[in-house]
Amino acid sequence: MDAGAQGERVDLTGALRDAAATALVAFGLFLPLIAFRTDVDGNNTLILTTRWPLFFSLVIVTAAGRLLYSVALAPRLARRALRPARASNSPWRGHAARWFVPFAIGFVIAYPMIVILTSGFGGAQKWIDNFGIQILIYVMLGWGLNIVVGFAGLLDLGYVGFYAVGAYSCALLAKTFGLSFWLLLPLAGILASFWGILLGFPVLRLRGDYLAIVTLAFGEIIRLLLINWVALTNGYAGIGGIPRPTFFGIPFTDDDDGFAAVFGFEYSPLYRVIFLYYVILALALLTCFVTVRLRRLPIGRAWEALREDEIACRSLGINTTNTKLTAFAMGAMFAGFAGSFFAARQGFISPESFTFLESATILAIVVLGGMGSQIGVAVAAVVMIGGTEILRDLDFLKDIFGSTFDPTQYRMLLFGLAMVVIMIWRPRGLVSTRAPSIFLKQRTTIAADLVEQGRG
Amino acid sequence: MEYFVQQLINGITLGSIYGLIAIGYTMVYGIIGMVNFAHGDVFMVSAFIALIAFLILTTWLGISSVALALFLVLIAAMLFTSLVNWAIERVAYRPLRGSFRLAPLISAIGMSIFLSNFVQVTQGPRNKSIPPMVQGEFVLFNQNNFPVTLSYKQLIIWGVTAVLLAAFWYLVAKTALGRAQRACEQDQKMAALLGVDVDRTISMTFVIGATLAAVAGTMYLMYYGVVSFSDGFVPGVKAFTAAVLGGIGSLPGAVIGGLLIGLIETFWSAYFSIDYKDVAAFSVLAITLIFLPQGLFGRPDVEKV
Repeated sequence: MDAGAQGERVDLTGALRDAAATALVAFGLFLPLIAFRTDVDGNNTLILTTRWPLFFSLVIVTAAGRLLYSVALAPRLARRALRPARASNSPWRGHAARWFVPFAIGFVIAYPMIVILTSGFGGAQKWIDNFGIQILIYVMLGWGLNIVVGFAGLLDLGYVGFYAVGAYSCALLAKTFGLSFWLLLPLAGILASFWGILLGFPVLRLRGDYLAIVTLAFGEIIRLLLINWVALTNGYAGIGGIPRPTFFGIPFTDDDDGFAAVFGFEYSPLYRVIFLYYVILALALLTCFVTVRLRRLPIGRAWEALREDEIACRSLGINTTNTKLTAFAMGAMFAGFAGSFFAARQGFISPESFTFLESATILAIVVLGGMGSQIGVAVAAVVMIGGTEILRDLDFLKDIFGSTFDPTQYRMLLFGLAMVVIMIWRPRGLVSTRAPSIFLKQRTTIAADLVEQGRG
Repeated sequence: MEYFVQQLINGITLGSIYGLIAIGYTMVYGIIGMVNFAHGDVFMVSAFIALIAFLILTTWLGISSVALALFLVLIAAMLFTSLVNWAIERVAYRPLRGSFRLAPLISAIGMSIFLSNFVQVTQGPRNKSIPPMVQGEFVLFNQNNFPVTLSYKQLIIWGVTAVLLAAFWYLVAKTALGRAQRACEQDQKMAALLGVDVDRTISMTFVIGATLAAVAGTMYLMYYGVVSFSDGFVPGVKAFTAAVLGGIGSLPGAVIGGLLIGLIETFWSAYFSIDYKDVAAFSVLAITLIFLPQGLFGRPDVEKV
């Protein structure tokens, strides 16, 4: 095991014994659920089928992986651990950081053009809709939750509840009063932030894990109400026919007064997708801009102080009640914006879209990105959402694993695995340094290990 | 009256299952201060292991004695589930020990997503239902043409839960392992200085938690006769509610909390509305945490500078 730490020699017998033990454990782990499969036959009774080849190959792969790890990788890792840590503020990093943000913003603004140029007018819709809009929604939700979790240090596992409030208030107000999307967007934000205050109020005294669990309970209660209050929400069947956003009153239809006809283009559904892309991009950038500015205001500093130490905060005269409630309200407001955008984009919403898994996904994006870091959250959203979306398109895998192989069913499996692996690899998230919002003489980034988060 | 007694019997049965799962939450929280989010899914995995063991025993080996089959299924489920939970702790939680608070929680949520999707991929997304393992019931008394019954299934669940809890109590209260566990719970560093193998003790905590969850999983399968890959989340959250209600970290609290949650849920669906039974459980969780965060039997959490 520690051969690498002692010298260059690798303890082969130890590694082999280790691999054998791993094989034994893998045998036990995979035996019930992989070697056997339960299927329902024609008579609706359960039958067992076996998958021995798959089972044994998995056991062998696991053992071989362990052997490879202890022979090749572990000594290298041990050697690297012995090396003194390099200073992280190298000039290259500084340049990269300075140019990354303008470059990234330029890229996302030009993204629809790039996609149309590379994959043509027909193929672009998938890339803009499934990738661009989908990722940007999660970037926006991640930035919104970042206010609550990353800045104020309040662990919220029910964030999707506010997203649902935004989506349902948009849908219901649009259906009942016929209001337009542009009026509903701020309304949904206000309603969601009202709910944020309402649900934030009783949980002010709680901290850490307890807060997380109560917010989880609230999120689930909202979802269960949406399912069971059929008279209002139509239950599982959901609400359809939500009016789509218009371009300053011009709808994206193929009528004579539609967008294409007014501007003299040939009609294509792509215009609506591109328009929606820029709407969510603007909303996401607004979220980012507001949070970055808020962080430098007294309230933002109060959030960060609260995250570090609540008792010290109170003794300095900061009103912790207001500080927590504003964090909840701000976070919920952006979730409400995103929710109303979601409702208007889909045209149909149902409680299925607001499960706990969504909350966990958003929280995972915030934590994996490095809490409090705007860039990190965006990168994590691209990696996690883009990565799982891309699995829908890996048709070449069918050539390797046979035609029955369906990569999409592995999406969430890999998502869960990625959460575990990234946490072990970088427990502080992808971007683990942060610039202080206030400094004495010069601005230096500090390692995230120095700040304490998620205590609530 | 008769309706009430019947609901009481049903509620205690459900509560025993929740109590068994809740012990896993409360033990892990007590020893490493972490909400083991994947525990509900470990429970679901154990039900699947029991299902497969049951099918192997009855259709392949042709064991016709129900008692023997049930006993072997229980043993198999306990064995394999504890191996699963041991491996989870080793792979997903141990590297993060001593890391900042949120890291193990996120890792556990990832593990929970992984487990339910792993079962979905390997066993298919459909509900798996088995023919009833145990049939028959005692009629306790008959009033107003409403027979109050106690089925053999319920009796088995009560009996197995009682025996397991007694064995578990003995393990924690009287053996060296239990002493080591309680020592680690109070002060890990001091326990390590006094020669307690902390890593091993924490591993054993996960193994014991999984063993009890496997009993709950087997009983769940026997009682309802159906299981699906998504069955881990809601019982998991309810069992966690039970652990919180009883005072997290307190073992008798977990059992009593489990019984209370089972009773609340059963009576709520019997007398109010079955649609909102999960809302009732979640509301109990929220109300308990807000007004009684230390639970019924927990130690109050003192805020220190």
